[in-house]
Amino acid sequence: MVYLTRKAEFSASHYYHNPDFTPEENLRIFGKCNNPHGHGHNYTLEVTVKGEVDPRSGFVVDLKQLKEVMHHEVLDAMDHRFLNKEVPEFFTKIPTTENLAIAVWQRLETKLQKARLHRVRVYETPDLFVDFYGEE
Amino acid sequence: MKAHLTRRYRFSASHRLHSPEMSAEENRDTYGKCNNPHGHGHNYTLEVTVSGPVDQSTGMVCNLVDLDGVVEREILSRYHLSNLNTLQEFAQLVPTTENLSVEIFEILQRGFHPAHLEGVRLEETMMNSFEYAGGTEPRK
Repeated sequence: MVYLTRKAEFSASHYYHNPDFTPEENLRIFGKCNNPHGHGHNYTLEVTVKGEVDPRSGFVVDLKQLKEVMHHEVLDAMDHRFLNKEVPEFFTKIPTTENLAIAVWQRLETKLQKARLHRVRVYETPDLFVDFYGEE
Repeated sequence: MKAHLTRRYRFSASHRLHSPEMSAEENRDTYGKCNNPHGHGHNYTLEVTVSGPVDQSTGMVCNLVDLDGVVEREILSRYHLSNLNTLQEFAQLVPTTENLSVEIFEILQRGFHPAHLEGVRLEETMMNSFEYAGGTEPRK
């Protein structure tokens, strides 16, 4: 089994708000992230796939296909977007880094050919990242 | 759904690697430059990884404010700009980054409960890093 990781970057804005909470609770739990006008990050995405090395090509995965899927499914949908208002998953879910990693996983999982998704890592900043390994 | 969250922190500290169980010569052979009696320092980078189910009401594994608070209170305020050899935990223990990783893990395991502590990774320099995720038996 060989693991291969592809990186991509995107920039987006978001804010944290749960309509079931009172305004005071939202502010207490989410702090500055509760500002309804949003704020932004430069996200770095790392997608790790795993598989056996194809004896003919020497590849685990066709990188071009992986790159295209990441662009089509994630970057086209999220780069330079307001996540809460423009990405359907976040009409109902809070666009935390945790939920973002899960959403990226779900967008990619069924679209990859051959290689299996191993890990999705989303850096919100260089000092904060979330790893998602699928439902266990 | 379970996710892992990692946060990076920085602190700077000095230390000297020296074991009272070794002769002066053996200390020099074992620790080289790190045995300099006046000590030397590093800018450490600490990565703390926690895990747990993502709370659907907050979208979070744990509130970062809680994690940052414990790390600031229990780790950074203790170690930042300190001489590790002068601290009680290193009175009998050589302050290698291996031992420091274990200390930090154990402090966080005692002090942080909102999510499961997966492990710590400590970079001593950009070239060296150490990871500890707990042992099978607690250290004496």
